[in-house]
Amino acid sequence: MADNTKNTSENLLEVSDLHVQYRTDDAIVHAINGLSLRVKQGEKLGLVGETGAGKTTLALSILRLLPARVGEITQGSIVYNGDNLLDQPESFMLGLRGKRISMIFQDPMTSLNPTITVGKQILEVLDLHFPELSKADKSEKVDEILKMVGIPPSRKEDFPHQFSGGMKQRIVIAMALIAEPELLLADEPTTALDVTIQAQILDLMRELKDKFNSAVILITHDLGVVAEFCDTVAVVYSGRVVEYGTVEQIYARRENHPYTSGLFNCIPDLTSNAPRLVPIPGRMADPRIPIEGCCFADRCPHCTERCRKAAPPVVERDGHGIMCHLFTEGGER
Amino acid sequence: MSWIKYALKRLLMLIPVILCVTLILYTILSLAPNGLARQKLGQDASEEQIYALEEEMGLHDPIIVRYVKYMAGVCRLDFGVSWINSNNVLNEFAHRLPYTLLIAVLSVLFAVGVGVPLGIFSAIKQYSLFDYGSTFVAMLLFSMPAFWLGTMCQLLFCVTLGLLPVAGDKTWTCFILPPLILGANTLASMIRMSRTSMLDVIKQDYIRTARSKGAAEGAVILRHAMRNSLIPVITQVGICFAGAIGGAVVTESIFGINGVGMLLINAVKSRDVPIVMGTVIFVTIIVGVINLIVDLICAVIDPRIDLAS
Repeated sequence: MADNTKNTSENLLEVSDLHVQYRTDDAIVHAINGLSLRVKQGEKLGLVGETGAGKTTLALSILRLLPARVGEITQGSIVYNGDNLLDQPESFMLGLRGKRISMIFQDPMTSLNPTITVGKQILEVLDLHFPELSKADKSEKVDEILKMVGIPPSRKEDFPHQFSGGMKQRIVIAMALIAEPELLLADEPTTALDVTIQAQILDLMRELKDKFNSAVILITHDLGVVAEFCDTVAVVYSGRVVEYGTVEQIYARRENHPYTSGLFNCIPDLTSNAPRLVPIPGRMADPRIPIEGCCFADRCPHCTERCRKAAPPVVERDGHGIMCHLFTEGGER
Repeated sequence: MSWIKYALKRLLMLIPVILCVTLILYTILSLAPNGLARQKLGQDASEEQIYALEEEMGLHDPIIVRYVKYMAGVCRLDFGVSWINSNNVLNEFAHRLPYTLLIAVLSVLFAVGVGVPLGIFSAIKQYSLFDYGSTFVAMLLFSMPAFWLGTMCQLLFCVTLGLLPVAGDKTWTCFILPPLILGANTLASMIRMSRTSMLDVIKQDYIRTARSKGAAEGAVILRHAMRNSLIPVITQVGICFAGAIGGAVVTESIFGINGVGMLLINAVKSRDVPIVMGTVIFVTIIVGVINLIVDLICAVIDPRIDLAS
């Protein structure tokens, strides 16, 4: 973010000025354009933004699992516990993935291997990262984690197709947590599920967040979930963090990036009598075309000549940063 | 033991298939002109003699009556005798089958053993020189018919280089070239099939999940991708094996091997109805059983396949 030298020691993860491109046959898609963020040990960060903002790309970049040949990190650094992950050999990443950083994927229907029993799929994490444990110990750990996510351990001999969607997501969560990672990347863990199951999974995650002291990056577009679950928020737009701060700072709605304000206006309020919600007009800028000026200019109600010409800097007050000309010198606020 | 029940059900389902195949084939064979009696008795035979022999062979009965009589015999495992040399059909077939099976099995083993690793490797190294090379070889093999490729190989290896016998079935060296020729097409389809299937599987989300667990690339391919990518390939192997038994007609003719293919083609040429019928019934059963075995193997590999339903 604005000042990367600050608090370096206690930051678990520091992403600075990250640029990621996807090369397709007809165009280069700029998925992430100078994204920076920090996560402290044990911090629960909510990463909010609409589809295509680059949230999943960020998570895959951290694990260095971008699709081979297509996705490429062109600039920036991802420093994890003092090591720049982009400079590390693959062997270092193998020891990191699943043990120190693990990921919960969006769609539980497709993220489990259909031909391997769920018990073995969870066990694989232990086989890979804790080869010193005895067979009985590993098996016991698998039972334990299954119980914790609410699946009877007797079902570990079953195959993924024998479980419902919600149960599959519980298994994916069990798989991600069994090694007690320092950082958990949860990529829209409830999006593919129906509403009642969503609530169950969120309850489960809330329950588990105190049991494990992992830092979490919760990727979502549900501001309500973020308010309940997270300590800090980063709002992502067009592959950039346009606003960040604590949940209190952002949800106070005193000073917000126009995009964040727009998101809040899309939430129905039970206390007011508003007949219609106010959507954000327009669509996200075409990621194939590099943007001059502010990435939100086309949709912004406060857009000025300056916004079209120069990219706004991040203005930070008490750790609450907003990337908008409105808050710079000469701006309206 | 749901698979035993399933296998029995599938075997019972072969009966209507055999009835259909035999009815159609018997009708066609019976409608075709048949100068067999004259051929047997020679040019000097009188009309009466020919009529008497045809009567004896039952050729004057209505087709449906002859068919029912024939099938009644089949039910008692009596497949009749050859009209040409009076050999028992069952014995004749049993005598020829080992040659055909040997060539078919060898050809499929060759195609699978070479084709699947090639296909999987070119999928892992997609867009590499190796990938383009194996695709080129597959296309080449696809486009060469067995009768042409077989003849060319005979010319090169047997005539020019003198490494292998041109034809025959007496020594083991006779069984090197025929399976390779018969398996060439299968090899091509194995390369393409396993490549496509592997490419499809490594794009799946669960492969990304496996990587996110920290599994190394080799383990991801072996543990997670291989098994899933083999499911469509195995189905294809079954189809190819059935095809190899049919394709034996061409290969056996080229290499002069006295297998089922030769038996069938000679019987068709001389309108030897009992041999043609018997051979087709046996081949139908063999193909049916192979398909059943393939389905059982698929059920073992893919737990989502439920044999009970």
